[in-house]
Amino acid sequence: SSAEGNTPGCHPTLPCNVLKFKSTTIMLDCGLDTTSVLHFLPLPLVHSPRLSKLPGWISKDGAVSLEKELKECAGRVFVDSLPEFCPPERELLDLSTIDVILISNYHCMMALPYITEHTGFTGTVYATEPTLQIGRLLMEELVNFMERVPKAQSATCWKNKEIQRLLPGPVKEAVEVWTWRRCYSMQEVNSALSKVQLVGYSQKVELFGAVQVTPLSSGYSLGSSNWIIQSHYEKVSYVSGSSLLTTHPQPMDQSSLKNSDVLILTGLTQIPTANPDGMLGEFCSNLAMTIRAGGNVLVPCYSSGVIYDLLECLYQFIDSANLGSTPFYFISPVANSSLEFSQIFAEWLCQNKQSKVYLPEPPFPHAELIQTNKLKHYPGIHGDFSNEFRQPCVVFTGHPSLRFGDVVHFMELWGKSSLNTVIFTEPDFSYLDALAPYQPLAMKCVYCPIDTRLNFHQVAKLLKEVQPLHVVCPEQYTQPPPTQSHRSDLMLELQPPPMPYRRCSVLGLPFRRRYERIQLLPELAKSLVPSEIKPGISVATVSAVLHTKDNKHVLQPPPKPAPVPPSKKRKRVVEEPPELVTPKPLLSGAVPLEPFLALLHKHGITEVKVEDTPDGHILHLQAEDTLIQLEEDGTHIVCDSNEPLRATLRDLVLRFLQKL
Amino acid sequence: MPEIKVTPLGAGQDVGRSCILVSIGGKNIMLDCGMHMGYNDDRRFPDFSYITQNGRLTEFLDCVIISHFHLDHCGALPYMSEMVGYDGPIYMTHPTKAICPILLEDFRKITVDKKGETNFFTSQMIKDCMKKVVPLNLHQTVQVDDELEIKAYYAGHVLGAAMVQIKVGSESVVYTGDYNMTPDRHLGAAWIDKCRPDILISESTYATTIRDSKRCRERDFLKKVHETVERGGKVLIPVFALGRAQELCILLETFWERMNLKAPIYFSTGLTEKANHYYKLFITWTNQKIRKTFVQRNMFEFKHIKAFDRSYADNPGPMVVFATPGMLHAGQSLQIFKKWAGNEKNMVIMPGYCVQGTVGHKLLSGQKKLEMEGRTTLEVKLQVEYMSFSAHADAKGIMQLIRMAEPRNVMLVHGEAKKMEFLKDKIEQEFTGISCFMPANGETTTIPTNPSVPVDISLNLLKREAAFGGPLPDPKKPRTMHGTLIMKDSSLRLVSPEQALKELDLNEHQLRFTCRVQLQDPYSDTDTLSRVYNHLKSVLKGYTVQHLPDGTVMVESIVLKVSSSAEDPNTKVVLLSWSYQDEDLGSFLSSLLRKGLPP
Repeated sequence: SSAEGNTPGCHPTLPCNVLKFKSTTIMLDCGLDTTSVLHFLPLPLVHSPRLSKLPGWISKDGAVSLEKELKECAGRVFVDSLPEFCPPERELLDLSTIDVILISNYHCMMALPYITEHTGFTGTVYATEPTLQIGRLLMEELVNFMERVPKAQSATCWKNKEIQRLLPGPVKEAVEVWTWRRCYSMQEVNSALSKVQLVGYSQKVELFGAVQVTPLSSGYSLGSSNWIIQSHYEKVSYVSGSSLLTTHPQPMDQSSLKNSDVLILTGLTQIPTANPDGMLGEFCSNLAMTIRAGGNVLVPCYSSGVIYDLLECLYQFIDSANLGSTPFYFISPVANSSLEFSQIFAEWLCQNKQSKVYLPEPPFPHAELIQTNKLKHYPGIHGDFSNEFRQPCVVFTGHPSLRFGDVVHFMELWGKSSLNTVIFTEPDFSYLDALAPYQPLAMKCVYCPIDTRLNFHQVAKLLKEVQPLHVVCPEQYTQPPPTQSHRSDLMLELQPPPMPYRRCSVLGLPFRRRYERIQLLPELAKSLVPSEIKPGISVATVSAVLHTKDNKHVLQPPPKPAPVPPSKKRKRVVEEPPELVTPKPLLSGAVPLEPFLALLHKHGITEVKVEDTPDGHILHLQAEDTLIQLEEDGTHIVCDSNEPLRATLRDLVLRFLQKL
Repeated sequence: MPEIKVTPLGAGQDVGRSCILVSIGGKNIMLDCGMHMGYNDDRRFPDFSYITQNGRLTEFLDCVIISHFHLDHCGALPYMSEMVGYDGPIYMTHPTKAICPILLEDFRKITVDKKGETNFFTSQMIKDCMKKVVPLNLHQTVQVDDELEIKAYYAGHVLGAAMVQIKVGSESVVYTGDYNMTPDRHLGAAWIDKCRPDILISESTYATTIRDSKRCRERDFLKKVHETVERGGKVLIPVFALGRAQELCILLETFWERMNLKAPIYFSTGLTEKANHYYKLFITWTNQKIRKTFVQRNMFEFKHIKAFDRSYADNPGPMVVFATPGMLHAGQSLQIFKKWAGNEKNMVIMPGYCVQGTVGHKLLSGQKKLEMEGRTTLEVKLQVEYMSFSAHADAKGIMQLIRMAEPRNVMLVHGEAKKMEFLKDKIEQEFTGISCFMPANGETTTIPTNPSVPVDISLNLLKREAAFGGPLPDPKKPRTMHGTLIMKDSSLRLVSPEQALKELDLNEHQLRFTCRVQLQDPYSDTDTLSRVYNHLKSVLKGYTVQHLPDGTVMVESIVLKVSSSAEDPNTKVVLLSWSYQDEDLGSFLSSLLRKGLPP
């Protein structure tokens, strides 16, 4: 009767949890940990002499040589193979038992094909329309990045435990490398996304009649949602990737999270010490400085999300900073789609942007940047772009890991000059790790991570506001970051303390279900006879037939006994035993002596001898040769051969008692 | 007895000034607030004095819901909210919220600036009215207050058109507004889930029509336009700026491209470009195909269709002009019509329904001489074609929606009485058990509802019952469950009687019966006991009858003992003892044994 959560994913910002609630198995998010790609060599779009000349790795004693699979660069070892991802744990539970997957935002669905394809999964995925559309674009981009640079070699020897143990640096510490997988195909993406059912904010979705789930705006990205998972009596809130800052999405719906029994908290900011507004300012000033000095600016980024805010910020900044003639390029196979899609989701935007479409004007100013030719977008570096490419310029392109996508080309192209700058805005990857295979590097590097998700201060404020009974969160949030162990402000401090979970852990959620909703049919409700048992409290006995269908319970009046055919009636009247199992109600109260005697008298029973006992009285009905034992908590009628008398006495006793 | 009351103030056995009042669970809702195109006097707006004779409507209405931006559904809104007085929430979808004020302003301009009427709502009133609007998203459950919730469904009639479900507790009403059950070139089909409302209030514009296939109508339309243009004639298509216009533009645009035609196509008024822009920004409200391809090619960027200038009407040679408004009752379409009506080479195509009293209606009823303002008559020589492109459900579509939603009752509005009659019969024939209503304006229909009572049942009791029932309970032998309903304040909880005693801190009173039955049975005590056992076993089929080793017989929970009488060993005494809970069985057993054992 209780709920249970378990955790196939390990990354607190790319969650993947499973909740079992009222016999429904719900996967919360389907995040893909892509930090594994940092162990791989970048995939260049055009042949890179530098990368191809990197020396192969041989152990110091020369005993182990994996020259083909591993390359050394600036003291680090990288796997020379198509980059691989770390999908959510699949051994922990049978994926075919998952009923539904709830997606909170487009960054948290990237592992979907690993879960829904070739696993026996038959459930439904719920997501908002922007989440689906932009999630599709991001997956499409990922597949495109991988497939356009085919790599014949697939390195596997290094994964051997005995060998991995001998490797230097970060590769040695990489965990569960055997579970790492290559990127899915477009076909798998399409199949996975065909399982998505669209939902809108505040839409109540019934799951099997047992549970209701509702997405709420989380304020983080277009269509991003928190989820309420509830029955009539229990409420679990799943808060994942929420933001209280005013950026482009609809503001976070906080009030609907109130009265939660359990609040599952994930997807907090990865950079709790950085203020997004300050970072935005630094981004602009570094960009302007580089351009003025004649250098180029490279912004490794995802194709949707913060880039909309960056472009909006630049829209206001370009003229004041005198960058009017500097070309801005956005290069991605899905650049055009991303920019177009951002303009058609007015319902999902903040008030300010929403009201623009009433004019009607496009909600994002990047439409104007494109119209005035200040911003140009291309599907890739080949084709039109190579003809129109002018320097110095600003390039937005992916992938932020610097391991694949067009960004690899620009790193190779601009890395050697100190005039150029790479500005990291995405918080998902350590910029030092991202840059490692490009060392030594002359290019300037600026780290301006912009993560608008909740910080610990905002979380504390939020929780104070919505007051959940219990908070469940990844264990990382319950202690300060390992590198800043003195910062107790960078953790969750709550009373009662939050219940932490870690990858592959199973957690019982702290509530017991005690009630269920049932409907009394109107005919039954009308037939009830309530009696007031205490001031303000009435009771009625209910005898009814339970009907349960699709987890919905209904009580109907009991069927009327079928009339016995008249011909047989007389003969069999006594032999017909009473209907099976029709117990009478429980009784409560006491039978007071004097009023009872008066009642007996009224019914013609006058010869009563009363004998006191330690617990009450014994009444001898002398003429009838019958005994009645009256006590505080019980009445015993001993009556041998006079059935009508027994029935009369029973009914007289019952007059003093309450039925329950 | 709880009930739902529905009163149309407009659109009762009529098309125009849609306005329907619903009372449900103590809440009052106004559905649509339209104007009538056929009248220029008081009858133009719904009669709000029905709600209250004096003062403002705010305290009488919990909310107002507008289904779509057509003026016969929202044209009276500023009058109602700003001149009669209403400050509560007005719900409509985003596209409706965007487009509605533009059409209202247009309407105001024609009425006040052109016709010189006074005592009409002002631009400022339109703005103030729109400030009261709360946008509605599809499928979002909006809680108007703690009890009243509303939910919008896609209606496919025009951009942003919605059907709405209104719910209080377990009682609900669905209002369709105008809807279309077949996807067209720019919109998708209406859809609703099996929400089983107490009443479905449906439009019935095309109650008697079963329309031929859309493709045929489109081909027909293109052929007529093409022929007229070929012979050098001019084609006038009166439309409303948003809606059908976009569908027909897409149709002509693709046809012109395919046939490489050169004759100009114009779209009147400055609204066009703006209108198309709305379609681009609200592309998520269009049909699947347009949504899927909008990144590559936006269907609402027309190459062949240009903005119209008043002077073009006198240009020689063929042309096609889309002009507003759609019923030729005023404005540019009427001006162009007057210019072109005298030439039999020209053609006017009416693509939608025309309300009685409009020039459009007169044309469609075959009038060849029209009386115009200023006592002039206009002779109609041009060809008049009617082509139903307005996106209303036809009879088939209405039946389809009823099948989808499974309502308990249907009410027809927004149609002509005679046609409604026909459809009403058809509905009542096809759906047994569904009553169909078609009230006139001001006539109240009362529908008793029979809501079931939600109760909190203790999980222990429910599980105990479910365990008895097994996974597949036998429907022929339903098991009766027993519980105690505790009513305290407004909470209703059903618990087991034991739990009720405990919770209410009540003692249990045990009522017991003991009965000694004498039998003449010349056997040993043990044999008599066996004979009692066999007898009961044969009579009490389906009961648990046990012969226990301690020398007793147990029937369910009732214990029987046998002993010999002290005086006569052949007289046996059977001792029975049972509690009140087993009264029926105990009473039966004692009577049964008194009659003796079979030989």
